[in-house]
Amino acid sequence: MLASRALAGAGCGASLSIGKRDISMSATSHYPVATVSEAIETHTLSVKVDNEPGVLARVIGLFSGRGYNIESLTVSETEHEAHLSRITIVTRGTPMVIEQIKHQLERMVPVHRVVDMTVQARAIERELAMVKVRGKGDNRVEALRLADAFRARVIDATVESFVFEITGAADKIDQFVSLMLPLGLVEVSRTGIVAISRGPDGM
Amino acid sequence: MTKEMSGAEMIIQAMIDQGVEHVFGYPGGAVLPIYDALFHQDKVRHILVRHEQGAVHAAEGYARSTGKVGCVIVTSGPGATNAVTGLADAMCDSIPLVCISGQVPTHLIGNDAFQECDTVGITRPCTKYNYLVKNIADLPRILHEAFHVASTGRPGPVVIDVPKDVQFATGTYAKPKTNPHRGYVPKTKGDPARIEQAVAMMRTAKRPVFYTGGGVINSGPKATELLRQLVQATGFPITSTLMGLGAYPASGPQWLGMLGMHGTYESNMAMHDCDLMICIGARFDDRITGRLDAFAPVSRKIHVDIDPSSINKNVKVDLPILGDCAEVLSEMLRLWTQNPGETQGPAQKSWWKKIDGWRARKSLAYKPSDEVIKPQYAIQRLYELTKDRDTYITTEVGQHQMWAAQFYGFEEPNRWMTSGGLGTMGYGLPAAVGVQLAHPNSLVVDIAGEASVQMTMQEMATAVQYRLPIKIFILNNHYMGMVRQWQELLHGGRYSQSYSEALPDFVKLAEAFHAVGLRCEKPADLDDAIREMISVDQPVIFDCVVDPAENCFPMIPSGRAHNDMLLGDAVENLDEAITEEGKVMV
Ligand SMILES: Cc1ncc(C[n+]2csc(CCOP(=O)(O)OP(=O)(O)O)c2C)c(N)n1
Ligand SMILES: [Mg+2]
Repeated sequence: MLASRALAGAGCGASLSIGKRDISMSATSHYPVATVSEAIETHTLSVKVDNEPGVLARVIGLFSGRGYNIESLTVSETEHEAHLSRITIVTRGTPMVIEQIKHQLERMVPVHRVVDMTVQARAIERELAMVKVRGKGDNRVEALRLADAFRARVIDATVESFVFEITGAADKIDQFVSLMLPLGLVEVSRTGIVAISRGPDGM
Repeated sequence: MTKEMSGAEMIIQAMIDQGVEHVFGYPGGAVLPIYDALFHQDKVRHILVRHEQGAVHAAEGYARSTGKVGCVIVTSGPGATNAVTGLADAMCDSIPLVCISGQVPTHLIGNDAFQECDTVGITRPCTKYNYLVKNIADLPRILHEAFHVASTGRPGPVVIDVPKDVQFATGTYAKPKTNPHRGYVPKTKGDPARIEQAVAMMRTAKRPVFYTGGGVINSGPKATELLRQLVQATGFPITSTLMGLGAYPASGPQWLGMLGMHGTYESNMAMHDCDLMICIGARFDDRITGRLDAFAPVSRKIHVDIDPSSINKNVKVDLPILGDCAEVLSEMLRLWTQNPGETQGPAQKSWWKKIDGWRARKSLAYKPSDEVIKPQYAIQRLYELTKDRDTYITTEVGQHQMWAAQFYGFEEPNRWMTSGGLGTMGYGLPAAVGVQLAHPNSLVVDIAGEASVQMTMQEMATAVQYRLPIKIFILNNHYMGMVRQWQELLHGGRYSQSYSEALPDFVKLAEAFHAVGLRCEKPADLDDAIREMISVDQPVIFDCVVDPAENCFPMIPSGRAHNDMLLGDAVENLDEAITEEGKVMV
C-alpha cells in the first residue's frame, strides 16, 4: 500500500537551537506538509467516466503519481449505450487530501462526475467474495454450518472441497474468511467494494 | 462541408481550420505522411527545429506570447520521448499546446517495433489529456477536441498519437462544429454569492493584498485590464508570482514586486502581515508560501481559480471561488464600484505606511562595481535600453532568471516567458525562437545563463535558418550560479560540480552558427555593447561576463517564514541562517 501523503511530514516538530537563534522547526519545509493533526478518514468515491481506452490507467496513475491510497477499486461499464463506466474507489486520507483527490478526479477530461458516497450519499456498500475451502469430516460440516450462518451459498462442490459465494459488507467477508482459515481455507477471490446511494435518486 | 481525405491531410486541414499558422516539428519515419501533406500546401508553415524539446519550448513561447495554441509535430519513439520535457513544462505552467506524435502502425503496437514507445503511457501524467487514434473515423473529432481541451479551462498540453496506418487511411473530414467533449465542461463563471461575499470582505479589510499569478495572464488581456482597474479602484497593494509578472505594470504605484523565495522584502512582509489575501490565478506553490504553518498567519484568504484542484491544496482558504479570472474580476469590479470600501481611511493609510517602511529597506540593493559587471546591473541596463521598444523577454533557469524577474520591469502581459513550475534549463532559447516567429518585428531577448543555454544551444541554427534575430543575452558567471549559491549557503561552500571548467567561446560559437557574437567584460562598455546587440538585425549571442560570486537576494531560506528573509547585506549571518533540518527538506 502507498504511504499516505498526510503522513509524509510526521515526525518533525522538534525545536532546534542553532547558534544564537532559536528556530522552531515544526514543519520546516518548502514543500507542503499536510497538518498531521487532521485525522485520517476512509471514504468511498463513485466516479462516472467515459469507457475509453486508458481511462483506468489515468485514474490509477493519478493515485500512484500523487501518493494517494487505494484501499479498493472496482470498475465496470454500467451504461453500455453511452459507454459510461462506474469506478468505485475506497481511499484513505485527511479531509484535505480527500478533497484534493475529488478535485483531481473531477478535472480529468474523461471524468463526468465524482460523488463522495461517504458524505454525500448515505451509501450502501457491498462486496462479493468466492471462498475455496478444502477439508473432510468435521471441518467440512463446520464450514457448511458457518456458511449457512453467513448466508454464503455453495457454488461448487467436490467430495473434499467447497466454493462459497458470499456477499456483504467488507468486514463481514473478512470475518467469514478468518473463520474458514482453520477449516481448510485454500484461496479467496474478492471483487472489491461497490456502492450505491439509498433512496430514489441516482448519482 | 465534408471531404474525403487521408489522416495526414486531416491533421493539416484541422490545423488550418483552427487558424494555426506555424507548427514546430522534426520529421521521422512515423510522420512521413504528415510531412508529405505539409509539402502540398502553404497555409501552415513548418518550422524545423534541431531537437524535439526545442520544438515544444518554441511552441510554448509562441503560445504564451500570443494567447494562441502552440502546435508541434514529432515522430514516434525518440521523437516523442524528446518532447516529454517540453510537455511537462507546459503542463506545469498551463500552456496550451497540441502535439501530434507519429506512432508505429496499429498492428505493430505492443510488438516492440522499430521506434515504438508507449507515447500515451509516457505522456499521460505530463499532459492535460492525450489520445491514441486507432480509427480514422475518430480523427477529425479528436483533432478539434484537442484544441478545445488545450485552450479552455486551465490550459495545458494535449498529445495526439497517430499510428502511421491511420495517417495513410482515408476518411471523411468535417469542419469543426461546436462539438466539445461531452464530459468536459470547465466552469468559468464564479458563484455570484461568493463574489459578493469576497467584495464584502474587501470592503472591511484593514491590511489587504492582491496576490496574482499566471492564471490572470492565461485568462487573457481582459483579465489584465480588469485587474488593473480593480487594483486602482480599491487602492490595495499587489504582488505577483513569477508567472504573473506583467499583469499589473511594474511601474504602477501599488506594485510591491514579485513575492516568494526571491521576492522583495515588501511583498513577502505584506503577505505575512496581511489580514486579507486576495489570490487570483495563483496556486500557493511551495516557492511562494515558504514555511506553511507560518504562512500569512493572521489573514483570511480568498482564492479565485479555474482549477478546483488548485484550491485548498496547499493552503486552506476561507473563500474559494471557482471560475475564470476575467469573469470573476469583472463581477468584483462591478460590485466594488457600486459600493466601494474606504480607500483613504486611517487603516489604509497606516497599512501603506508600513509598506513604505518595508520598501525603504530597498531589498534588491546590491554593491555596485566599476571593475566587474554585476549581473543585476546588466539586467538594469538591458531594461533601460530596451524598455521603450516593443520587447519580449524569455529566460533560462537559475540566478539570471530571478534577477530578470527582479530587475526587468514588465509593463504588459505576455511579454515574459519563463519556465516557472518545472524550472527547465534550456527553455529560453527555443522559446525566443517561437516568440520571434510570432512577433517578427519585435525585439526578443533570452536572458540566459551560460550553463542553461548549452542545453538547447542547437536551436541557434533554427534561428539562423528562419532569420529570427533573437538576442541571447548570457549572464556568464562561469558557474551554475543558483547551484553554487545553494552550495555556499547550505553545503559549507563545497562547490560540487557547479563550476564550468570548459565553456565554449560563445563569440566563436555564434560565428560558427552564422550568427553574431559579442562579448562584454567591463561595466563601462556595457551600454554600447547592448546597443550594438539591439541594432544587429541577426541572431546574436551576447557573452556578458559577470561577477561569478554574486548571490541572488532577498532569499527565504529553507525552513523559514515570509518575515524571516535573508537580505543582501546579511551575508555575515549566513552560517546560522539555515538549519540542518532545512538542508534536508529542500
Ligand atoms: C534541466 C535542468 N537540470 C538541472 C536543473 C537544476 N538547476 C537549476 S539552476 C541551475 C544552474 C543554472 O546555471 P546557469 O544557467 O549558468 O544560470 P545561473 O544560475 O548561473 O544564472 C541548475 C543546474 C534545472 N533547473 N534544469
Ligand atoms: Mg551561470
